[in-house]
Amino acid sequence: MELPPKVKNILLLDSEGKRIAAKYYSGDWPTNTAKEAFEKAVFSKTQKTNAHTEVEVTALENNIIVYKFVQDLHFFVSGGEEENELVLASVLQGLFDAVNLLLRGNADKREALDNLDLIFLCFDEIIDGGIVLETDANVIAEKAGINSIDPNAPLSEQTISQALATAREHLTRSLMK
Amino acid sequence: MAQPFVKKDDDHDDEMEYSPFMGIEKGAVLQEARVFNDAQVDPRRCSQVITKLLYLLNQGESFTKVEATEVFFSVTKLFQSKDTGLRRMVYLIIKELSPSSDEVIIVTSSLMKDMNSKIDMYRANAIRVLCRIIDGTLLTQIERYLKQAIVDKNPVVSSAALVSGLHLLRTNPEIVKRWSNEVQEGVQSRSALVQFHALALLHQIRQNDRLAVSKLVGSLTRGSVRSPLAQCLLIRYTSQVIRDMSNHGQSGERPFYEFLESCLRHKAEMVILEAARAITELDGVTSRELTPAITVLQLFLSSPKPVLRFAAVRTLNKVSMTHPMAVTNCNIDMESLISDQNRSIATLAITTLLKTGNESSVERLMKQITNFMSDIADEFKIVVVDAIRSLCVKFPLKYRSLMTFLSNILREEGGFEYKRAIVDSIVTIIRDIPDAKEGGLLHLCEFIEDCEFTYLSTQILHFLGIEGPKTSDPSKYIRYIYNRVHLENATVRAAAVSTLAKFGFMVESLKPRITVLLKRCIYDSDDEVRDRATLFLSVLGGDGTLDADKDSKEFMFGSLEAPLANMETSLKNYDPSEEAFDINSVPKEVKSQPLAEKKAQGKKPTGLGAPPAAPASGFEGYERLLSSIPEFAAFGKLFKSSSPVELTEAETEYAVNVVKHIFDNHVVFQYNCTNTIPEQLLERVNVIVDASEAEEFSEVASKALNSLPYDSPGQAFVAFEKPAGVPAVGKFSNTLTFVVKEVDPSTGEAEDDGVEDEYQLEDLEVVSADYMVKVSVSNFRNAWESMNEEDEHVDEYGLGQRESLGEAIKAVIDLLGMQPCEGTETVPSNARSHTCLLSGVYIGNVKVLVRAQFGMDSSKEIAMKLAVRAEDASVAEAIHEIVANG
Repeated sequence: MELPPKVKNILLLDSEGKRIAAKYYSGDWPTNTAKEAFEKAVFSKTQKTNAHTEVEVTALENNIIVYKFVQDLHFFVSGGEEENELVLASVLQGLFDAVNLLLRGNADKREALDNLDLIFLCFDEIIDGGIVLETDANVIAEKAGINSIDPNAPLSEQTISQALATAREHLTRSLMK
Repeated sequence: MAQPFVKKDDDHDDEMEYSPFMGIEKGAVLQEARVFNDAQVDPRRCSQVITKLLYLLNQGESFTKVEATEVFFSVTKLFQSKDTGLRRMVYLIIKELSPSSDEVIIVTSSLMKDMNSKIDMYRANAIRVLCRIIDGTLLTQIERYLKQAIVDKNPVVSSAALVSGLHLLRTNPEIVKRWSNEVQEGVQSRSALVQFHALALLHQIRQNDRLAVSKLVGSLTRGSVRSPLAQCLLIRYTSQVIRDMSNHGQSGERPFYEFLESCLRHKAEMVILEAARAITELDGVTSRELTPAITVLQLFLSSPKPVLRFAAVRTLNKVSMTHPMAVTNCNIDMESLISDQNRSIATLAITTLLKTGNESSVERLMKQITNFMSDIADEFKIVVVDAIRSLCVKFPLKYRSLMTFLSNILREEGGFEYKRAIVDSIVTIIRDIPDAKEGGLLHLCEFIEDCEFTYLSTQILHFLGIEGPKTSDPSKYIRYIYNRVHLENATVRAAAVSTLAKFGFMVESLKPRITVLLKRCIYDSDDEVRDRATLFLSVLGGDGTLDADKDSKEFMFGSLEAPLANMETSLKNYDPSEEAFDINSVPKEVKSQPLAEKKAQGKKPTGLGAPPAAPASGFEGYERLLSSIPEFAAFGKLFKSSSPVELTEAETEYAVNVVKHIFDNHVVFQYNCTNTIPEQLLERVNVIVDASEAEEFSEVASKALNSLPYDSPGQAFVAFEKPAGVPAVGKFSNTLTFVVKEVDPSTGEAEDDGVEDEYQLEDLEVVSADYMVKVSVSNFRNAWESMNEEDEHVDEYGLGQRESLGEAIKAVIDLLGMQPCEGTETVPSNARSHTCLLSGVYIGNVKVLVRAQFGMDSSKEIAMKLAVRAEDASVAEAIHEIVANG
């Protein structure tokens, strides 16, 4: 018997319901067609709701889905119908805040696509094979954000530690040459 | 809804939406991936290419085996780069590519090196990747490092090892089980998540050792578990232990309840919810145990967070199914949720209220729902309509306001599924509550005046044709039906013609007028309508002899003997030839549903949808089936057919269930057999019944099944004679005998020679309840008072110690096989006494009403006062005898 809380999938869709990133941990949706159909159903069921302030929740096909939106990004986390909604909500909140941190507060579709590697890393740090790995947004962002430093960005926009890291990187590179 | 969608797309195209992955193409990306092989690795460039590869995989693109292998090999070269960001991406892509075991070898050494690296991030991720792709033999090589990792100082590394352990336990349990000392240490960790993961793994390792789990839970519930997630887990383990203990007959105070109750005061809402839910799901939970859980859930109902409200109302909804009275305290909070922004919450609130509401609150509730219905989606409306239907069955006296509500929403806008749910509900109410019939039929008539769904119109017309002529004033429906002939499409017109004919046939006084109307239809533009009109005119104009009447009646009101699905298969298989299609060759039995479908049966449609689906089950179907078998035709009128009783376990070679048909002088057992082995054909299938434990029965006839091919059910019958009108009981043991023939799976042909074999089935009992038909009365009090008071027979019984009042009541209902009335089968959770009203018809068509008063004392001893009124005093006595012997 499986008792630890399980997450069935994490979805990040755009404002038209198109997949930006998705990770499935359960065999309920074996094919990409099944996944897309599920995403479409989830999206159309939630698109009219206002989930910009609080985490919202709904039930669909024996799944509990919690969701939250920011700009044109729609975040979803699904679990089985027996799952504790609040566990799912804490996963969603962790993901949501971590992505916001990594995208430096201006989370929208364009930023998300530009930093898709970070989004993938975020997913990877939150859930491992359906089991909750971490829900603290700061820890997730820190772990996923290892290469988030853009060496080309103007120094004024970087924090001191980032600047230091960049400098260190430049130094090692020049030494290696 | 599709309209604005398309439009949005167009708008966006105009703006030329920017995406770094615009026009991305697999072939090109695979080309780009060659950069991994460069002597001087460019970390930024490589990271970008890996992101592109991940993007493709994530969008559902699949790589061929060769492509995946090639990418995998070149990715492994990137381990030489020291760039941490790139390494992180390498880990990710290796997991996504899930390489085969012979490829894994290439990366194991690199990953093992990372596992022992000084960089925490490397250690943690290398463990996760390696455990994801490794097999058993390699696992023994790295086991030592994994054990070390579990007790690593860094919580991230430790969690990585523990979670990997959870995954590995499924494939290599014996190895993971050796880690329990290290895992135990993890349970004591200061890090919240390490504790959570360690607890999960430790429990999984020990889950088959009940004592160890119980000890684990015992020690942890006293200690301090830090993380809310771990605490939730502990609650789940605790309820499992409680369940196991109660299964093993330990009585007295429920162990660990105190712990669950203390969790209701935890500071994390997640834990409170978990504990409240665990308490509500305890087996046989008492109202005293339930109260604190309900109280915290009630607080959640007014939380500003939608997730909390949803969780609370969802849990209360479940509780309301078993303990409706316990939830009534929350009704006021629940009513305010009807207008909740989140429609899922509103719907759950409504359905809960409908379950917990008492008879007096129905009207007020309906008013509130009416406001709410207009702004929710159809799928939610259907849930509400279903809840209203069951409410109406529960409180038949309230049918008026409920029917009004249904007819009102029927007039409003709505999609097909929604309208069908409403129509089905009205039909169910008409069937169950005779008083509601005339009003309900008129509502349906009004609906078809303006109905856009052909399917619903035809179904309603058909239903009108059956029920309409039996009403007090059939003529008032004619206008509605005839209007259809003028205003509708051909399908509906044809259905209306058939319905008219049924009225004309059943109601003699209407015949001349109907004939006039039908005559007008023979000039219809559609040939089906013309044909039907002509046909029915000749039927109505028949000579009125008894024989002709019987035939026409059979034609108009009889339904197809065979299920439609069988008919369809037979027609498909029919090879157009000289020989005409023989309707008698169509198998009449209903295919037993595959297991998967059985699970979905909960959603089985009732009302209009149901009867056409399974005509050969159900009372009328059985009646037709039995009267078509010459051996049984002389038994007279069928009194009752039981629901099928399984005589085999699920998933055995041969699945057999039995239906008991009760006649006045006879009992017929119908054995529904299914052969589940594709390589076998069974012939001469018979059931040998040993009735030595049923003295009053003697076997008079049996009908074997000639052939039973794979997955095509068939029936065998055995008939017994019994004393007339007497509710004889007994036990029968059954053995299935048959001849097995091997079938060649490629050709489907059976061998000529067979082997005789037999198969032991489970025993079957005929009990008193088999002689009682459940018939509900809409107003019990009226019915009770209309019966002769002098025939009342009262006695008192001690029912001994029982778990609860509800259990005792259920036992009595099952024993008598009667219909509980007015929702009296549910007991308020804290009640010490209860009155249950039952009604039924006993063999010999004797109407019986029962008032059973139950009382429970402090030691759970239950006493029952049983008052029986029946049209025949001897039957009232017989009922008492059943109870006295039961």
